[in-house]
Parts: sequence; C-alpha cells; structure tokens
Amino acid sequence: MGILEVKGVGKRFGGLQALSDVNLSVQENTVHAIIGPNGAGKSTLLNCFVGKLIPDTGSVMFNGQSVLGLKPHQINQMGISRVFQTPEIFDDLSVIENVMIPCFATRDGSFRMHAFETVANEKNIVATAEEILLDVNMADKRHMQASSLSRGDKRRLEMAMCLVQNPKLLLLDEPTAGMARADTNNTIDLLKEIKSKRDITMAIIEHDMHVVFSLAERITVLAQGTPLVEDTPENIKGHPKVKEAYLGEAQQE
Amino acid sequence: MLGLNNKDTRFLLIVVFLTLATPILLQPFPESSGMAQFNAGYPDLMQRFAIFGIFAIGFNILFGLTGYLSFGHAAFLGVGSYSVVWMYKLLDYNVLPGLVLAIITSGLFALLIGFISLRRSGIYFSILTLAFAQMSFNLAYSVLTPLTNGETGLQVYGNDPQYLIGENSPTSPHLFGLVMNESAKVNIGDWQFTFNNGYYFCAVIAILAFYMSLRIFRSPFGLMLRAVKSNQQRLNYTGLNSRPYTLAAFVISGMYAGLAGGLLAAMDPLAGAERMQWTASGEVVLMTILGGAGTLMGPVLGAGFIKYFENIFSKINDTVLHGWFGWLPDGVEDVIIFISHFFVGKSWHLTLGLLFMMVVIFLPGGLVEGGQRIAAMLRRDRAKTDDGDDGEHHPKTTPHVAE
Repeated sequence: MGILEVKGVGKRFGGLQALSDVNLSVQENTVHAIIGPNGAGKSTLLNCFVGKLIPDTGSVMFNGQSVLGLKPHQINQMGISRVFQTPEIFDDLSVIENVMIPCFATRDGSFRMHAFETVANEKNIVATAEEILLDVNMADKRHMQASSLSRGDKRRLEMAMCLVQNPKLLLLDEPTAGMARADTNNTIDLLKEIKSKRDITMAIIEHDMHVVFSLAERITVLAQGTPLVEDTPENIKGHPKVKEAYLGEAQQE
Repeated sequence: MLGLNNKDTRFLLIVVFLTLATPILLQPFPESSGMAQFNAGYPDLMQRFAIFGIFAIGFNILFGLTGYLSFGHAAFLGVGSYSVVWMYKLLDYNVLPGLVLAIITSGLFALLIGFISLRRSGIYFSILTLAFAQMSFNLAYSVLTPLTNGETGLQVYGNDPQYLIGENSPTSPHLFGLVMNESAKVNIGDWQFTFNNGYYFCAVIAILAFYMSLRIFRSPFGLMLRAVKSNQQRLNYTGLNSRPYTLAAFVISGMYAGLAGGLLAAMDPLAGAERMQWTASGEVVLMTILGGAGTLMGPVLGAGFIKYFENIFSKINDTVLHGWFGWLPDGVEDVIIFISHFFVGKSWHLTLGLLFMMVVIFLPGGLVEGGQRIAAMLRRDRAKTDDGDDGEHHPKTTPHVAE
C-alpha cells in the first residue's frame, strides 16, 4: 500500500479526455517520477492530487484518506507540499518571512487569530526558519526581499518553504523547467541532498530525462492521459513502448 | 515596552507626542499675521484629523496589508454614527455606550458584507463592497427612515426618552461629565492655542487605534495578511486558509470605521445618510494611497493632508487673494487671481487632484515614500562627507513596514 494511491482517475475538459483510468501508487520514501510527452496529462494529474481539480471518476487516497473535494490548504495540512513550475513565493516579503509562514501553518493550522503576538518573539519559529535556510545555503540572504533573488535562489527558497513543513509527500511540478544546464544540475544536487538528509517521499513531474534518470527510483510513463508502463529507471530506458511514445520522439529532434 | 521593540517604542512615542502637541504645532502663525488663516489648530479641524486618521488606519489594515480594495467603508462610518445618536436618544449624552455599540454594530455589519464580498477578489470585490455601501446609503435615506430619520438626519429631540439623563447632566455629548465641545484657550503673546476636550478624547482613542494597528502589523496575523497580498495561491498551498484571514481584516477595519463614525457623532450629535455615500468611501481610499498604503504612518498623514486641504485651501476666496496680490499692477493682479481661481476656494479639489496624480506617478509609496527618499538622500550625503565613498554594493533589504 503506497502513501499515495490513485485508482481509476479520469478527467474530461469539454471534448478532451485529459485523463482516463489512471492507476498509480507512490511508495513511501521513494522518488517517483511521472514522465510523458507534452499534453500527456501530467499537470492535470498533479492538480488532482492537490485539490485544484476534482477528477470526474476514480479516487485519490493519501495515507488512507481521500483527498477528493478537499481545499488546497486542507490537503497541505494532511502533509502534501507542492513546488510549482515557476517558483511561487511571497515576493514582497523577506526570505526569512517566506520560510516562517509555513512554520506558522504547521504549528497553528489553517487559521489562527494571533494578532497580539509579535513575529520577532516567536523564538522557535525563527530558529526553525533559520535552520532550514542554513540547510539550503541561503542563511546569508535571510533579510533580502524575495523578489530580488535570482531564479535559482527562488527555487531553493520555495523548496525550503516546503521542506520546513516536513511534508509526507513532496510534489514537484517540473522543478527544472526553463533552467540552464548548470542550474538544472544544482537543482538535482539540492534534491539529492534533501533526499539523503531526511526520509521523504517525492513525486516529480519532469520533462528533462537527465533529471528523471538522476533522481527517480520509480517511473510512470503517461501518454494520452493513461499510464503506459511503471517500472524502475533501468527498465524504462530500454522499454520499446516508452521509446515509441516518448524517447523516440525526443531522439528525432 | 508594551510588547514592542525599541525602534517601534520610539516610533510610538513620537506619534503620541505629535498627537498630544497638535493644538500647538498646528498654530505656527501669530493671530495678527496674514498667515493666520493657514493655522489649523482649531477644534473642529483637529477632531477631523484624529477621526479620519482612525478611519484611514483601519482601512489600511484591509487595503494596505491584504490588498483588498474596499469601496464601501463609508457604510460602516454611517452605522457608527447612527449607533451613537441612538444611544443619545435612548440613554443620555454620555458617548461611551454609543461608541461601544458603534464598534459592535459596525463589526457585525462588516462580518455580513465581508462574508459575501470576499468570495471574489480584485475589481469584483471592490464593486461588491461599493454596491453594498450604496444599498446601505439608499436604505438609510429612504426605507429605513424610522431608524435613520431619512434625509433630515438622525438627531436628539426633546421628546426622546433619554432614560438615564439626570437633573444636571450636560445637554451635549460628554464623557462622564467631561463636555466634548468645551475648550481651554491659552494666549501666549500673539498666539492663541485651543485645548479642546473633544480633540483630546479623539486623540487618545487615535493613539490606541494606532497602537493596535502597530501590533497587528508586527504580529503573525499581520504577516499572513501581507502574504495574502503577495501570493494568495502560495498561501493556500502552504496550508493556510486565506478566507478567514481576509474576513478578520475586513471586520477589524470595519470596526475602526464604525469607531470613527461614532466619534463624528460624539463631537457633533448628528448622523446623516450622506456620511455613507460613495464619495466618503472614495475619500478614505485617497487618504490611504496619498499617504502610503501598507505603511503605518501613511494613512494618518494622508488623512491630515486631505482634511487640511478641504478646510484651509477651500477658505481662500477672492478677498484673500486680493489681499495677497494687491501690490501687483491691476492687469497682472486680475490675471493671477483668475488663474488662482481654478486652484483655491471652491476649486480646491483640482489642486488636490493634481497633487494626488503627482504622488501616484512619482511617489507610488505615497508621502511616506517621499519622506524616506529625503531621509535616504540626507543619509547618503552624510555618508559621503564621512568617508567619501559609497560605491559599495548593498543587497536590497526588505523595506521596514514601520516608516
């Protein structure tokens, strides 16, 4: 039984069947990649995990509980954090404030009327936030405004904001999209480092084969809204069906 | 002190000093000088500074922190005024029960309007709040006449019950016998200073209101509100529900507006429907943006600025202008007065409009940003004279929300 169990999920947008009969199981403490050509339904599937979309059919169970119909903040409180394709951070706030917000969310839940406390007096929260910034090598930038960070640092910051919550499942939506090779390698190193330091389950949607094969322990190939195969990276590399649907296409370019 | 760090304590003390010394600071010109008309230290105007300061501070908690632009806050102002006058009619002229009721009713009213309006954001939210405020205005003006006395406005009549009024109770608004419209006048040389009870009552409440807003700005709650403005999607995916946060901010700012409306009626025991009109809602938006939305001091500055213009610039009429330019040759004088006509007296709105445009274009952070730029320039000058070199690169830090 995986931490995330997806059974028979289907989603239709007007005349387009974006997903049909998707079955997927993400095991605890593994990095599970979901790959597929453009329009295969990867992002749609991810959006079904986090409460942005509700599938027409099927079920999505996280830790034995259904997430269907729950709001994004409720799903996050269950232990799923999400990294976006373009880093979503609080641009107007300082780096440390960016990291403190998820700390408050973890400690106080979805809403708390703490209007007469002072942020600076929350010693535990400040300490946790500083610690995670050290972890991602951003401690020296803690008072910078987030909007003035480089793109790579924004990605790091977003990662830190997710990690500080100790999520049971970390979802990554094309974390290296649009990055230069050097930045991509940095991100891979960062993710490997994260993986080595803590027990964490990651589900990663990715286009870049280099990223997928350096990180993933299991790979699901999605094509036209249905999973084609699910296997280890070694087996996927040589799989004829996959080559036809995805890698073959890539090699022709 | 009071749960604030040193910098904020200093800041609060400066605000307290400025507020309490207002009757002196706003009377810089001797009575007999030609500039005396620019003195603003008379009770009616000073009360307005404090009251609209409170209104703008509250509005800023919603608009400045969360970015939700409400165009209907005057509705709460009106609700506050009506509550206070009703307490005069039912109990006596003591302002305290009325102000408590004003805060409660405007809070409940804000809860209702906020609950519905906050289902949308951006322009749709603004339109919804505007619609609610106009609805309230029209209800107060016509349908709810038994409650609001329609277009005449609500006031105290001789046959009102006033159950608590005693033999010797004051017959105008007071706080346990401290009559609001009484003043002490002090003459020093050619200067006259008016220390008005009503102003000081408003000033003390304004300081408390400012302190509350300072605490909110520094609290985790305030941090969440700023996060709502910055990136609501990220906030939701971080496990926080933005709806109750924005609703709480809306209700708090509605209560501030109700308190301000109540104080208006505490200074002058009248309440009229026109207080709820959309122009009044627009005015507080102008105040906040002019002063600097999202800053602590900005809304107060903006409120003072606009009220000063409204009351002082509008008083400059032809006679005054002739007095100023009388020494010029007749033809030139007429031309200058003709041009000035567009900017002063009844046309003061034009000057305000031009100033507002300039602030929005050149100082998007409002008057506060102007002050910060001047301070930064002075600091740079000083740094240059100190070591003659400021070529070092400093990474951009977050601007402190205080200044």
